[in-house]
Amino acid sequence: MSTGTVAETSAAGRTTVTRAGRMVSLARAEMTLLGRSKGTLFTAAFIPLVLPISVSSAFDESELKEVGLTAGEVMLPAAFGFSLLFAVYTALTATYVARREELVLKRLRTGELRDEEILVGAALPAVFLGLAQCVLLAIGCTVLLDVGMPEAPHLAVVGLLLGIVLCAAAGAVTASFSKTSESAQVTSLPFMFVSLLGSGVSVPLELMPDRLASICELLPLSPMITLLRGGWSGSLSAYDALGTVALAVAWTALAVFAVRRWFRWEPRR
Amino acid sequence: MKTNEHVIEVTDLRRVYGGEFEAVRGVTFDVGRGELFALLGTNGAGKTSTVELLEGLAPPAGGQVRVLGHDPYTERAAVRPRIGVMLQEGGFPSELTVAETVRMWAGCTSGARPEGEALTLVGLARRAGVRVKQLSGGEKRRLDLALALLGRPEVLFLDEPTTGLDAEGRQETWELVRELRAAGTTVLLTTHYLEEAEGLADRLAILHAGRIAVSGTPAEVTASQPSRISFELPEGFFPGDLPPLPELGVTGHEIEGRMIRLRTNELQRATTGLLVWAERTGVELRRLDVRSGSLEEAFLRIAREVSATDSGTAAENSEKESVA
Repeated sequence: MSTGTVAETSAAGRTTVTRAGRMVSLARAEMTLLGRSKGTLFTAAFIPLVLPISVSSAFDESELKEVGLTAGEVMLPAAFGFSLLFAVYTALTATYVARREELVLKRLRTGELRDEEILVGAALPAVFLGLAQCVLLAIGCTVLLDVGMPEAPHLAVVGLLLGIVLCAAAGAVTASFSKTSESAQVTSLPFMFVSLLGSGVSVPLELMPDRLASICELLPLSPMITLLRGGWSGSLSAYDALGTVALAVAWTALAVFAVRRWFRWEPRR
Repeated sequence: MKTNEHVIEVTDLRRVYGGEFEAVRGVTFDVGRGELFALLGTNGAGKTSTVELLEGLAPPAGGQVRVLGHDPYTERAAVRPRIGVMLQEGGFPSELTVAETVRMWAGCTSGARPEGEALTLVGLARRAGVRVKQLSGGEKRRLDLALALLGRPEVLFLDEPTTGLDAEGRQETWELVRELRAAGTTVLLTTHYLEEAEGLADRLAILHAGRIAVSGTPAEVTASQPSRISFELPEGFFPGDLPPLPELGVTGHEIEGRMIRLRTNELQRATTGLLVWAERTGVELRRLDVRSGSLEEAFLRIAREVSATDSGTAAENSEKESVA
Protein backbone atom coordinates (compact mmCIF):
# COMPACT_ATOMS: atom_id res chain seq x y z
CA MET A 1 0.00 0.00 0.00
CA SER A 2 2.72 2.46 0.85
CA THR A 3 6.10 3.35 -0.54
CA GLY A 4 9.31 4.63 0.93
CA THR A 5 8.41 8.23 0.23
CA VAL A 6 5.65 8.13 2.75
CA ALA A 7 6.43 11.22 4.76
CA GLU A 8 9.09 13.59 3.65
CA THR A 9 7.79 16.45 5.70
CA SER A 10 10.76 18.62 4.86
CA ALA A 11 9.91 22.17 3.97
CA ALA A 12 12.74 22.29 1.44
CA GLY A 13 11.66 22.96 -2.10
CA ARG A 14 7.99 23.29 -1.26
CA THR A 15 6.03 25.12 -3.86
CA THR A 16 3.49 27.49 -2.42
CA VAL A 17 0.18 27.70 -4.20
CA THR A 18 -1.14 31.14 -4.99
CA ARG A 19 -4.58 32.55 -4.46
CA ALA A 20 -5.24 32.57 -8.21
CA GLY A 21 -3.79 29.08 -8.63
CA ARG A 22 -6.15 27.70 -6.00
CA MET A 23 -9.20 29.33 -7.54
CA VAL A 24 -8.29 28.17 -11.04
CA SER A 25 -7.84 24.63 -9.79
CA LEU A 26 -11.25 24.67 -8.17
CA ALA A 27 -12.80 26.33 -11.20
CA ARG A 28 -11.38 23.64 -13.47
CA ALA A 29 -13.02 20.92 -11.39
CA GLU A 30 -16.31 22.84 -11.39
CA MET A 31 -16.08 23.19 -15.16
CA THR A 32 -15.69 19.42 -15.47
CA LEU A 33 -18.72 18.96 -13.23
CA LEU A 34 -20.75 21.46 -15.21
CA GLY A 35 -19.95 19.54 -18.38
CA ARG A 36 -21.17 16.32 -16.75
CA SER A 37 -24.40 17.73 -15.39
CA LYS A 38 -26.60 17.65 -18.46
CA GLY A 39 -29.60 19.23 -16.79
CA THR A 40 -27.71 22.22 -15.44
CA LEU A 41 -25.87 22.62 -18.72
CA PHE A 42 -29.14 22.64 -20.63
CA THR A 43 -30.71 25.24 -18.35
CA ALA A 44 -27.59 27.36 -18.29
CA ALA A 45 -26.63 27.22 -21.95
CA PHE A 46 -29.76 26.61 -23.97
CA ILE A 47 -32.63 28.47 -22.32
CA PRO A 48 -30.96 31.91 -22.33
CA LEU A 49 -30.33 31.57 -26.04
CA VAL A 50 -33.89 30.55 -26.88
CA LEU A 51 -36.06 32.55 -24.47
CA PRO A 52 -35.26 36.01 -25.83
CA ILE A 53 -36.72 35.01 -29.18
CA SER A 54 -40.03 34.21 -27.52
CA VAL A 55 -39.98 37.57 -25.79
CA SER A 56 -39.21 39.49 -28.95
CA SER A 57 -42.43 38.40 -30.62
CA ALA A 58 -44.41 39.69 -27.63
CA PHE A 59 -43.52 43.32 -28.22
CA ASP A 60 -45.51 45.52 -30.46
CA GLU A 61 -43.05 47.43 -32.63
CA SER A 62 -45.31 50.49 -32.87
CA GLU A 63 -45.80 50.61 -29.11
CA LEU A 64 -42.03 50.57 -28.64
CA LYS A 65 -41.54 53.30 -31.20
CA GLU A 66 -43.88 55.53 -29.19
CA VAL A 67 -41.48 55.43 -26.20
CA GLY A 68 -38.43 55.73 -28.40
CA LEU A 69 -37.10 52.17 -28.32
CA THR A 70 -36.14 49.82 -31.11
CA ALA A 71 -36.75 46.08 -31.02
CA GLY A 72 -33.03 45.50 -30.77
CA GLU A 73 -32.65 47.79 -27.78
CA VAL A 74 -35.29 45.77 -25.98
CA MET A 75 -34.18 42.38 -27.17
CA LEU A 76 -30.54 42.62 -26.31
CA PRO A 77 -30.84 43.59 -22.62
CA ALA A 78 -33.60 40.99 -22.32
CA ALA A 79 -31.28 38.35 -23.74
CA PHE A 80 -28.47 39.39 -21.40
CA GLY A 81 -30.88 39.33 -18.47
CA PHE A 82 -32.01 35.79 -19.27
CA SER A 83 -28.45 34.69 -19.66
CA LEU A 84 -27.32 36.05 -16.32
CA LEU A 85 -30.38 34.79 -14.50
CA PHE A 86 -30.20 31.25 -15.86
CA ALA A 87 -26.51 30.69 -16.60
CA VAL A 88 -25.17 32.53 -13.57
CA TYR A 89 -27.81 33.06 -10.89
CA THR A 90 -29.81 29.80 -10.81
CA ALA A 91 -26.86 27.67 -11.87
CA LEU A 92 -24.73 29.01 -9.04
CA THR A 93 -27.46 28.73 -6.45
CA ALA A 94 -27.80 25.07 -7.40
CA THR A 95 -24.03 24.54 -7.37
CA TYR A 96 -23.46 26.07 -3.95
CA VAL A 97 -26.33 24.13 -2.40
CA ALA A 98 -25.26 20.85 -4.01
CA ARG A 99 -21.64 21.24 -2.88
CA ARG A 100 -22.81 22.03 0.63
CA GLU A 101 -25.10 18.99 0.69
CA GLU A 102 -22.25 16.75 -0.50
CA LEU A 103 -20.06 18.21 2.29
CA VAL A 104 -17.67 19.41 -0.41
CA LEU A 105 -17.65 22.97 0.96
CA LYS A 106 -16.82 21.72 4.43
CA ARG A 107 -14.00 19.56 3.09
CA LEU A 108 -12.62 22.43 1.00
CA ARG A 109 -12.58 24.65 4.07
CA THR A 110 -10.11 22.30 5.77
CA GLY A 111 -7.54 23.11 3.09
CA GLU A 112 -5.63 26.20 2.14
CA LEU A 113 -8.49 27.79 0.18
CA ARG A 114 -9.98 30.80 1.91
CA ASP A 115 -13.73 31.12 2.16
CA GLU A 116 -14.02 33.76 -0.53
CA GLU A 117 -11.74 31.75 -2.82
CA ILE A 118 -14.06 28.77 -2.56
CA LEU A 119 -17.09 30.86 -3.51
CA VAL A 120 -15.33 32.70 -6.31
CA GLY A 121 -13.53 29.66 -7.68
CA ALA A 122 -16.73 27.64 -7.80
CA ALA A 123 -18.47 30.55 -9.54
CA LEU A 124 -15.92 31.03 -12.32
CA PRO A 125 -17.27 28.46 -14.82
CA ALA A 126 -20.81 29.84 -14.57
CA VAL A 127 -19.49 33.37 -14.86
CA PHE A 128 -17.54 32.52 -18.00
CA LEU A 129 -20.50 30.69 -19.45
CA GLY A 130 -22.65 33.77 -18.82
CA LEU A 131 -20.04 36.08 -20.33
CA ALA A 132 -19.61 33.88 -23.40
CA GLN A 133 -23.36 33.80 -23.94
CA CYS A 134 -23.62 37.56 -23.70
CA VAL A 135 -20.87 38.00 -26.25
CA LEU A 136 -22.59 35.49 -28.54
CA LEU A 137 -25.93 37.21 -28.04
CA ALA A 138 -24.45 40.62 -28.71
CA ILE A 139 -22.92 39.40 -31.97
CA GLY A 140 -26.10 37.54 -32.89
CA CYS A 141 -28.37 40.50 -32.22
CA THR A 142 -26.06 42.87 -34.03
CA VAL A 143 -25.98 40.68 -37.11
CA LEU A 144 -29.52 39.34 -37.16
CA LEU A 145 -31.59 42.16 -35.68
CA ASP A 146 -29.68 45.04 -37.18
CA VAL A 147 -29.05 46.51 -33.70
CA GLY A 148 -25.93 48.36 -34.62
CA MET A 149 -22.75 48.80 -32.60
CA PRO A 150 -23.08 50.20 -29.07
CA GLU A 151 -22.77 53.98 -28.92
CA ALA A 152 -21.19 53.90 -25.46
CA PRO A 153 -19.51 50.48 -25.22
CA HIS A 154 -17.91 51.26 -21.86
CA LEU A 155 -21.36 51.52 -20.27
CA ALA A 156 -22.38 48.19 -21.78
CA VAL A 157 -19.23 46.50 -20.48
CA VAL A 158 -19.61 48.00 -17.00
CA GLY A 159 -23.27 47.01 -16.94
CA LEU A 160 -22.51 43.47 -17.98
CA LEU A 161 -19.70 43.00 -15.46
CA LEU A 162 -21.71 44.49 -12.61
CA GLY A 163 -24.66 42.32 -13.58
CA ILE A 164 -22.57 39.16 -13.54
CA VAL A 165 -21.00 39.93 -10.18
CA LEU A 166 -24.39 40.77 -8.71
CA CYS A 167 -26.00 37.60 -10.08
CA ALA A 168 -23.16 35.46 -8.72
CA ALA A 169 -23.41 37.11 -5.30
CA ALA A 170 -27.20 36.76 -5.37
CA GLY A 171 -26.74 33.06 -6.11
CA ALA A 172 -24.66 32.70 -2.96
CA VAL A 173 -27.22 34.67 -0.95
CA THR A 174 -30.03 32.44 -2.18
CA ALA A 175 -27.95 29.36 -1.38
CA SER A 176 -27.58 30.70 2.16
CA PHE A 177 -31.34 30.46 2.57
CA SER A 178 -31.87 27.14 0.77
CA LYS A 179 -31.71 24.01 2.86
CA THR A 180 -31.60 21.46 0.06
CA SER A 181 -31.23 21.27 -3.70
CA GLU A 182 -34.99 20.85 -3.98
CA SER A 183 -35.78 23.91 -1.92
CA ALA A 184 -33.24 25.92 -3.94
CA GLN A 185 -35.52 25.58 -6.93
CA VAL A 186 -38.18 27.44 -4.97
CA THR A 187 -36.00 29.94 -3.12
CA SER A 188 -34.49 31.15 -6.38
CA LEU A 189 -37.90 32.01 -7.85
CA PRO A 190 -38.49 35.40 -6.15
CA PHE A 191 -35.29 36.95 -7.49
CA MET A 192 -35.99 35.41 -10.90
CA PHE A 193 -39.51 36.79 -11.12
CA VAL A 194 -38.73 40.18 -9.69
CA SER A 195 -35.85 40.57 -12.10
CA LEU A 196 -37.69 39.22 -15.14
CA LEU A 197 -40.80 41.33 -14.58
CA GLY A 198 -39.53 44.37 -12.72
CA SER A 199 -36.02 45.03 -13.96
CA GLY A 200 -36.88 45.54 -17.58
CA VAL A 201 -35.78 42.10 -18.75
CA SER A 202 -39.05 41.00 -20.27
CA VAL A 203 -41.01 44.26 -19.98
CA PRO A 204 -39.14 47.52 -20.69
CA LEU A 205 -39.57 49.99 -17.83
CA GLU A 206 -40.58 52.58 -20.41
CA LEU A 207 -43.80 50.67 -20.97
CA MET A 208 -44.75 50.80 -17.28
CA PRO A 209 -46.69 53.53 -15.46
CA ASP A 210 -44.24 56.17 -14.23
CA ARG A 211 -44.64 55.56 -10.53
CA LEU A 212 -44.18 51.78 -10.91
CA ALA A 213 -41.24 52.34 -13.21
CA SER A 214 -39.45 54.57 -10.71
CA ILE A 215 -39.77 51.87 -8.06
CA CYS A 216 -38.66 49.16 -10.48
CA GLU A 217 -35.59 51.19 -11.38
CA LEU A 218 -34.31 50.49 -7.88
CA LEU A 219 -34.49 46.68 -8.17
CA PRO A 220 -31.19 44.75 -8.08
CA LEU A 221 -30.90 43.93 -11.76
CA SER A 222 -32.38 47.19 -13.11
CA PRO A 223 -29.07 49.08 -13.16
CA MET A 224 -27.54 46.42 -15.37
CA ILE A 225 -30.36 46.65 -17.91
CA THR A 226 -30.28 50.46 -17.81
CA LEU A 227 -26.53 50.50 -18.42
CA LEU A 228 -26.76 47.97 -21.23
CA ARG A 229 -29.53 49.84 -22.97
CA GLY A 230 -27.74 53.13 -22.43
CA GLY A 231 -24.59 51.54 -23.80
CA TRP A 232 -26.28 50.73 -27.08
CA SER A 233 -28.41 53.84 -27.40
CA GLY A 234 -25.80 56.25 -26.04
CA SER A 235 -28.61 58.25 -24.47
CA LEU A 236 -27.60 57.84 -20.83
CA SER A 237 -26.06 60.98 -19.35
CA ALA A 238 -22.83 60.69 -17.38
CA TYR A 239 -24.70 61.77 -14.26
CA ASP A 240 -27.39 59.09 -14.69
CA ALA A 241 -24.77 56.49 -15.55
CA LEU A 242 -22.87 57.23 -12.35
CA GLY A 243 -26.01 56.99 -10.25
CA THR A 244 -26.90 53.69 -11.90
CA VAL A 245 -23.45 52.26 -11.28
CA ALA A 246 -23.63 53.40 -7.66
CA LEU A 247 -26.93 51.58 -7.25
CA ALA A 248 -25.51 48.38 -8.75
CA VAL A 249 -22.47 48.60 -6.47
CA ALA A 250 -24.74 49.15 -3.47
CA TRP A 251 -26.76 46.03 -4.29
CA THR A 252 -23.59 44.01 -4.79
CA ALA A 253 -22.17 45.24 -1.48
CA LEU A 254 -25.40 44.27 0.23
CA ALA A 255 -25.25 40.81 -1.33
CA VAL A 256 -21.62 40.33 -0.27
CA PHE A 257 -22.52 41.41 3.25
CA ALA A 258 -25.41 38.92 3.30
CA VAL A 259 -23.13 36.11 2.14
CA ARG A 260 -20.56 36.88 4.81
CA ARG A 261 -23.24 37.04 7.44
CA TRP A 262 -25.49 34.14 6.50
CA PHE A 263 -23.75 31.75 4.15
CA ARG A 264 -23.85 28.19 5.53
CA TRP A 265 -20.89 25.92 4.82
CA GLU A 266 -22.43 22.75 6.17
CA PRO A 267 -25.87 21.17 5.96
CA ARG A 268 -28.04 21.81 8.98
CA ARG A 269 -27.65 19.16 11.65
CA MET B 1 8.08 12.32 21.82
CA LYS B 2 11.13 13.52 19.99
CA THR B 3 11.33 16.98 21.43
CA ASN B 4 9.46 18.87 24.10
CA GLU B 5 7.92 21.15 21.55
CA HIS B 6 4.16 21.08 21.78
CA VAL B 7 2.72 21.00 18.31
CA ILE B 8 -0.85 21.02 19.58
CA GLU B 9 -1.86 22.80 22.76
CA VAL B 10 -5.45 22.77 23.94
CA THR B 11 -6.47 24.66 27.06
CA ASP B 12 -9.90 24.52 28.68
CA LEU B 13 -11.56 24.19 25.28
CA ARG B 14 -15.31 24.66 24.99
CA ARG B 15 -17.75 24.36 22.13
CA VAL B 16 -21.42 25.22 22.27
CA TYR B 17 -24.00 24.47 19.58
CA GLY B 18 -27.00 26.71 19.09
CA GLY B 19 -26.29 28.60 22.30
CA GLU B 20 -27.36 25.73 24.51
CA PHE B 21 -25.80 22.32 23.90
CA GLU B 22 -22.27 22.24 25.24
CA ALA B 23 -20.51 19.52 23.25
CA VAL B 24 -17.00 20.26 24.55
CA ARG B 25 -16.79 21.26 28.20
CA GLY B 26 -13.29 22.28 29.14
CA VAL B 27 -10.84 19.94 27.43
CA THR B 28 -7.12 20.35 28.05
CA PHE B 29 -4.28 18.35 26.50
CA ASP B 30 -1.18 18.76 24.41
CA VAL B 31 0.59 16.76 21.75
CA GLY B 32 4.36 16.83 21.25
CA ARG B 33 6.11 16.82 17.91
CA GLY B 34 6.18 13.37 16.35
CA GLU B 35 3.69 12.03 18.82
CA LEU B 36 0.56 10.07 17.98
CA PHE B 37 -2.30 11.11 20.21
CA ALA B 38 -5.65 9.33 20.14
CA LEU B 39 -8.97 10.75 21.29
CA LEU B 40 -11.27 7.93 22.26
CA GLY B 41 -14.90 8.11 23.14
CA THR B 42 -18.37 6.84 22.49
CA ASN B 43 -20.51 8.46 19.82
CA GLY B 44 -21.44 11.94 20.97
CA ALA B 45 -18.55 12.17 23.43
CA GLY B 46 -17.28 15.31 21.70
CA LYS B 47 -14.39 13.88 19.63
CA THR B 48 -15.34 15.42 16.31
CA SER B 49 -16.45 18.66 17.94
CA THR B 50 -13.02 18.92 19.53
CA VAL B 51 -11.06 18.01 16.42
CA GLU B 52 -12.96 20.50 14.27
CA LEU B 53 -11.83 23.26 16.60
CA LEU B 54 -8.23 22.08 16.25
CA GLU B 55 -8.61 22.06 12.47
CA GLY B 56 -9.79 25.65 12.62
CA LEU B 57 -13.23 25.01 11.15
CA ALA B 58 -14.95 26.96 13.91
CA PRO B 59 -13.94 29.29 16.72
CA PRO B 60 -14.15 27.85 20.24
CA ALA B 61 -16.80 29.15 22.65
CA GLY B 62 -14.11 29.27 25.29
CA GLY B 63 -10.52 28.26 25.95
CA GLN B 64 -7.62 28.25 23.57
CA VAL B 65 -6.16 26.15 20.77
CA ARG B 66 -2.64 26.43 19.40
CA VAL B 67 -1.50 24.37 16.44
CA LEU B 68 2.16 24.84 15.48
CA GLY B 69 2.08 27.93 17.67
CA HIS B 70 -0.84 29.58 15.90
CA ASP B 71 -4.56 29.93 16.40
CA PRO B 72 -5.92 27.58 13.71
CA TYR B 73 -9.09 29.65 13.24
CA THR B 74 -7.84 33.22 13.13
CA GLU B 75 -4.41 32.38 11.67
CA ARG B 76 -5.64 29.87 9.16
CA ALA B 77 -3.19 30.89 6.44
CA ALA B 78 -0.22 30.16 8.70
CA VAL B 79 -1.49 26.77 9.83
CA ARG B 80 -3.24 25.18 6.87
CA PRO B 81 -0.23 24.65 4.58
CA ARG B 82 1.41 22.61 7.33
CA ILE B 83 -1.47 20.36 8.37
CA GLY B 84 -3.45 17.59 6.73
CA VAL B 85 -7.06 16.95 7.59
CA MET B 86 -9.30 13.95 7.14
CA LEU B 87 -12.84 14.67 8.27
CA GLN B 88 -15.13 12.06 9.70
CA GLU B 89 -17.29 12.46 6.66
CA GLY B 90 -15.36 13.77 3.70
CA GLY B 91 -17.13 15.47 0.85
CA PHE B 92 -16.16 15.07 -2.76
CA PRO B 93 -18.18 15.88 -5.84
CA SER B 94 -19.57 12.49 -6.84
CA GLU B 95 -19.19 13.09 -10.57
CA LEU B 96 -15.44 13.71 -10.50
CA THR B 97 -13.02 10.82 -10.93
CA VAL B 98 -10.52 9.93 -8.24
CA ALA B 99 -7.67 11.43 -10.28
CA GLU B 100 -9.60 14.63 -10.98
CA THR B 101 -10.37 15.00 -7.29
CA VAL B 102 -6.71 14.64 -6.36
CA ARG B 103 -5.66 17.02 -9.15
CA MET B 104 -8.12 19.65 -7.93
CA TRP B 105 -6.92 19.28 -4.36
CA ALA B 106 -3.26 19.33 -5.43
CA GLY B 107 -3.85 22.67 -7.13
CA CYS B 108 -4.96 24.03 -3.78
CA THR B 109 -2.16 22.50 -1.70
CA SER B 110 1.35 23.85 -1.14
CA GLY B 111 4.10 21.35 -1.89
CA ALA B 112 1.67 18.73 -3.12
CA ARG B 113 2.93 15.24 -3.91
CA PRO B 114 2.48 14.03 -7.46
CA GLU B 115 -1.03 12.71 -7.97
CA GLY B 116 0.11 9.13 -8.65
CA GLU B 117 2.24 9.01 -5.53
CA ALA B 118 -0.65 10.13 -3.33
CA LEU B 119 -2.93 7.45 -4.76
CA THR B 120 -0.25 4.75 -4.51
CA LEU B 121 0.23 5.59 -0.82
CA VAL B 122 -3.35 4.65 -0.03
CA GLY B 123 -3.63 1.85 -2.57
CA LEU B 124 -6.02 3.62 -4.91
CA ALA B 125 -3.76 3.94 -7.96
CA ARG B 126 -5.77 1.42 -9.96
CA ARG B 127 -9.00 3.29 -9.25
CA ALA B 128 -7.74 6.63 -10.59
CA GLY B 129 -10.19 6.78 -13.48
CA VAL B 130 -13.26 5.81 -11.45
CA ARG B 131 -15.93 8.36 -10.49
CA VAL B 132 -16.13 9.08 -6.77
CA LYS B 133 -19.78 7.95 -6.66
CA GLN B 134 -18.70 4.46 -7.70
CA LEU B 135 -16.20 4.04 -4.87
CA SER B 136 -16.99 1.86 -1.87
CA GLY B 137 -17.18 3.47 1.56
CA GLY B 138 -13.71 2.22 2.36
CA GLU B 139 -12.27 3.55 -0.88
CA LYS B 140 -13.75 6.96 -0.16
CA ARG B 141 -12.01 6.94 3.21
CA ARG B 142 -8.72 6.14 1.46
CA LEU B 143 -9.24 8.94 -1.04
CA ASP B 144 -9.87 11.26 1.88
CA LEU B 145 -6.63 10.04 3.48
CA ALA B 146 -4.75 10.59 0.22
CA LEU B 147 -5.87 14.22 0.19
CA ALA B 148 -4.90 14.67 3.83
CA LEU B 149 -1.40 13.40 2.98
CA LEU B 150 -1.08 15.35 -0.24
CA GLY B 151 0.85 18.29 1.18
CA ARG B 152 3.28 16.13 3.27
CA PRO B 153 1.81 17.67 6.44
CA GLU B 154 3.71 18.12 9.68
CA VAL B 155 0.52 17.55 11.62
CA LEU B 156 -2.17 15.15 10.57
CA PHE B 157 -5.74 15.18 11.89
CA LEU B 158 -7.56 11.92 11.28
CA ASP B 159 -11.19 11.76 12.39
CA GLU B 160 -12.14 8.09 12.51
CA PRO B 161 -9.88 7.14 9.61
CA THR B 162 -10.76 3.45 9.56
CA THR B 163 -14.51 3.58 10.06
CA GLY B 164 -16.09 1.72 7.18
CA LEU B 165 -12.90 -0.12 6.22
CA ASP B 166 -12.68 -3.90 6.17
CA ALA B 167 -10.13 -5.66 8.37
CA GLU B 168 -7.47 -5.63 5.66
CA GLY B 169 -7.99 -1.99 4.81
CA ARG B 170 -7.81 -1.13 8.48
CA GLN B 171 -4.47 -2.94 8.83
CA GLU B 172 -3.11 -1.13 5.78
CA THR B 173 -4.17 2.25 7.13
CA TRP B 174 -2.60 1.46 10.49
CA GLU B 175 0.63 0.49 8.76
CA LEU B 176 0.61 3.76 6.82
CA VAL B 177 -0.07 5.81 9.95
CA ARG B 178 2.80 4.01 11.72
CA GLU B 179 5.14 4.87 8.85
CA LEU B 180 4.06 8.49 8.93
CA ARG B 181 4.64 8.65 12.63
CA ALA B 182 8.02 6.98 12.28
CA ALA B 183 8.96 9.64 9.74
CA GLY B 184 8.16 12.37 12.25
CA THR B 185 4.58 13.36 11.46
CA THR B 186 2.53 14.40 14.46
CA VAL B 187 -0.84 12.65 14.36
CA LEU B 188 -4.05 13.36 16.19
CA LEU B 189 -6.50 10.55 15.67
CA THR B 190 -10.03 9.97 16.87
CA THR B 191 -11.47 6.52 16.98
CA HIS B 192 -13.97 4.35 18.72
CA TYR B 193 -11.92 1.26 18.01
CA LEU B 194 -10.02 0.56 21.21
CA GLU B 195 -7.47 -1.71 19.55
CA GLU B 196 -6.68 1.10 17.12
CA ALA B 197 -5.85 3.48 19.95
CA GLU B 198 -4.00 0.79 21.91
CA GLY B 199 -1.94 -0.28 18.92
CA LEU B 200 -1.06 3.12 17.49
CA ALA B 201 -1.15 5.79 20.15
CA ASP B 202 1.75 7.09 22.19
CA ARG B 203 -0.79 8.72 24.43
CA LEU B 204 -4.54 8.81 24.49
CA ALA B 205 -7.44 10.49 26.19
CA ILE B 206 -10.89 9.06 26.71
CA LEU B 207 -13.55 11.69 26.21
CA HIS B 208 -16.94 11.39 27.77
CA ALA B 209 -19.74 13.93 27.63
CA GLY B 210 -17.39 16.64 26.43
CA ARG B 211 -14.72 16.09 29.07
CA ILE B 212 -11.52 14.09 29.32
CA ALA B 213 -12.27 11.27 31.72
CA VAL B 214 -8.86 9.58 31.59
CA SER B 215 -5.64 10.30 29.78
CA GLY B 216 -2.13 8.89 29.61
CA THR B 217 -0.16 6.29 27.71
CA PRO B 218 -2.14 3.16 26.83
CA ALA B 219 -0.12 1.29 29.50
CA GLU B 220 -0.89 3.91 32.15
CA VAL B 221 -4.58 3.98 31.37
CA THR B 222 -4.74 0.21 31.36
CA ALA B 223 -2.77 -0.07 34.60
CA SER B 224 -5.14 2.32 36.33
CA GLN B 225 -7.95 -0.13 35.72
CA PRO B 226 -8.67 -2.95 38.19
CA SER B 227 -8.24 -6.52 37.00
CA ARG B 228 -11.19 -8.86 37.13
CA ILE B 229 -11.81 -12.41 38.22
CA SER B 230 -15.13 -14.11 37.71
CA PHE B 231 -16.33 -17.65 38.34
CA GLU B 232 -19.38 -19.67 39.24
CA LEU B 233 -19.78 -20.47 42.91
CA PRO B 234 -19.61 -24.29 43.29
CA GLU B 235 -22.80 -26.18 44.22
CA GLY B 236 -23.47 -26.23 47.95
CA PHE B 237 -21.22 -23.27 48.69
CA PHE B 238 -22.16 -19.78 49.79
CA PRO B 239 -20.23 -16.57 49.20
CA GLY B 240 -19.35 -16.61 52.89
CA ASP B 241 -17.45 -19.85 52.36
CA LEU B 242 -14.86 -18.09 50.25
CA PRO B 243 -11.60 -17.00 51.94
CA PRO B 244 -11.69 -13.42 53.33
CA LEU B 245 -11.53 -11.36 50.13
CA PRO B 246 -9.70 -8.25 51.40
CA GLU B 247 -6.84 -10.49 52.48
CA LEU B 248 -6.48 -11.63 48.86
CA GLY B 249 -6.22 -8.04 47.68
CA VAL B 250 -9.74 -7.95 46.34
CA THR B 251 -11.12 -4.42 46.36
CA GLY B 252 -14.69 -5.10 45.41
CA HIS B 253 -17.09 -7.84 44.45
CA GLU B 254 -20.46 -8.43 42.86
CA ILE B 255 -22.71 -11.43 43.19
CA GLU B 256 -25.22 -12.16 40.50
CA GLY B 257 -27.04 -15.45 40.92
CA ARG B 258 -24.22 -17.95 41.30
CA MET B 259 -21.69 -15.80 39.42
CA ILE B 260 -19.09 -14.06 41.54
CA ARG B 261 -17.14 -11.10 40.11
CA LEU B 262 -14.10 -9.74 41.90
CA ARG B 263 -12.07 -6.60 41.27
CA THR B 264 -8.45 -6.34 42.29
CA ASN B 265 -5.30 -4.36 41.70
CA GLU B 266 -3.20 -7.40 42.64
CA LEU B 267 -4.29 -9.97 40.12
CA GLN B 268 -1.67 -12.62 40.87
CA ARG B 269 -2.19 -12.55 44.64
CA ALA B 270 -5.96 -12.65 44.36
CA THR B 271 -5.95 -15.42 41.77
CA THR B 272 -3.45 -17.51 43.69
CA GLY B 273 -5.45 -17.18 46.90
CA LEU B 274 -8.62 -18.20 45.15
CA LEU B 275 -7.08 -21.18 43.37
CA VAL B 276 -5.34 -22.40 46.53
CA TRP B 277 -8.69 -22.26 48.33
CA ALA B 278 -10.35 -24.20 45.48
CA GLU B 279 -7.58 -26.82 45.55
CA ARG B 280 -7.79 -27.30 49.32
CA THR B 281 -11.56 -27.43 49.30
CA GLY B 282 -11.53 -29.77 46.33
CA VAL B 283 -13.93 -27.83 44.15
CA GLU B 284 -13.81 -26.84 40.53
CA LEU B 285 -14.37 -23.16 39.71
CA ARG B 286 -16.53 -23.35 36.61
CA ARG B 287 -16.51 -20.52 34.06
CA LEU B 288 -13.36 -19.13 35.64
CA ASP B 289 -12.23 -16.00 33.87
CA VAL B 290 -9.19 -13.97 34.90
CA ARG B 291 -8.29 -10.81 33.08
CA SER B 292 -6.00 -7.82 33.57
CA GLY B 293 -7.32 -4.31 33.33
CA SER B 294 -7.78 -3.29 29.73
CA LEU B 295 -8.53 -0.21 27.75
CA GLU B 296 -11.91 -1.67 27.02
CA GLU B 297 -12.51 -2.02 30.73
CA ALA B 298 -11.57 1.61 31.27
CA PHE B 299 -13.71 2.71 28.38
CA LEU B 300 -16.83 0.85 29.47
CA ARG B 301 -16.44 1.83 33.09
CA ILE B 302 -16.12 5.51 32.17
CA ALA B 303 -19.15 5.32 29.96
CA ARG B 304 -21.14 3.77 32.82
CA GLU B 305 -19.81 5.77 35.74
CA VAL B 306 -19.68 9.20 34.28
CA SER B 307 -23.15 8.97 32.87
CA ALA B 308 -24.40 7.89 36.29
CA THR B 309 -22.92 10.87 38.09
CA ASP B 310 -23.88 14.46 37.56
CA SER B 311 -21.58 16.73 35.64
CA GLY B 312 -20.05 18.39 38.69
CA THR B 313 -18.60 15.22 40.17
CA ALA B 314 -17.61 14.02 36.73
CA ALA B 315 -15.14 16.85 36.53
CA GLU B 316 -13.66 15.84 39.88
CA ASN B 317 -13.42 12.24 38.80
CA SER B 318 -11.61 13.19 35.67
CA GLU B 319 -8.96 14.94 37.71
CA LYS B 320 -8.49 12.07 40.08
CA GLU B 321 -8.27 9.55 37.30
CA SER B 322 -5.92 11.48 35.14
CA VAL B 323 -2.66 9.59 35.33
CA ALA B 324 -0.82 11.59 32.72
